Amino acid sequence: MTPFEQQIVALQDYLLKFARLQLRNDAWAEDAVSETMVAALAKPQSFGNRSQLKTWLVGILKHKVIDTLRHHHREISGLENTDDEKSDPLEDIAFHADGHFVEAPSDWGNPEQQASSQQFFAILEACASKLPASQGRLFLMREWLELSSEEICKELQLTPTNLYVQLHRARLRLRECLELNWYMKASA
Amino acid sequence: MPFNRTCREVAALLVAREDRNLGLADRLALRMHMVICDACPRFERQMLTMRNSLQQWRNYTAPDDSAENAVPPK
Repeated sequence: MTPFEQQIVALQDYLLKFARLQLRNDAWAEDAVSETMVAALAKPQSFGNRSQLKTWLVGILKHKVIDTLRHHHREISGLENTDDEKSDPLEDIAFHADGHFVEAPSDWGNPEQQASSQQFFAILEACASKLPASQGRLFLMREWLELSSEEICKELQLTPTNLYVQLHRARLRLRECLELNWYMKASA
Repeated sequence: MPFNRTCREVAALLVAREDRNLGLADRLALRMHMVICDACPRFERQMLTMRNSLQQWRNYTAPDDSAENAVPPK
């Protein structure tokens, strides 16, 4: 193997992590990563450092992942009809009958400015992976693929209302998970 | 009163704002509520922290830390 090939192969697990998080299907994720590596190996080039190589590979992966989502949009847009879908996502936060917070939201400080970002990102990824699959996919389409709500509706043939409800739940769940796993720990 | 919103309604708007543009009435109601409320600005800061953290996360590539990238000994 050339050094370039070795570098690409060494990043397989790194790519798989993102593909799994976004696609929530191991077989699809492995296919998307294989295609990414084949495409990368066909265009050998040199990078100043590993971060640049990673950024380039992730860029290719995102295109492959969007193709996958498009291809499987029927399976993906069939939203899980569980009890969770019927409950109000704001129920996790306690409000009085008059609509006031029972307990004021806590002050999180500025964790994004702290040096422990690597640890924080690990928790963020763990929290995102715990979202129900359909919510997680939509959430990552917004936050990792950086698609607009309009683009997501178009790709998956969802109604805006449907999308907003799912994203709303996802954001509140993520907030809850971060509060439990990062902020509480950080302030303990 | 169209501009009189509860914290619960305002929290819902603060979450929704991450994914869609709010209408004028909602934006005004939000701004007015923020002036008189202690709890909702905190919730807003939490949402902004999440937004900033997620932005950093997606642009983050771990530093060159793995062994195969180390310069081989001469």
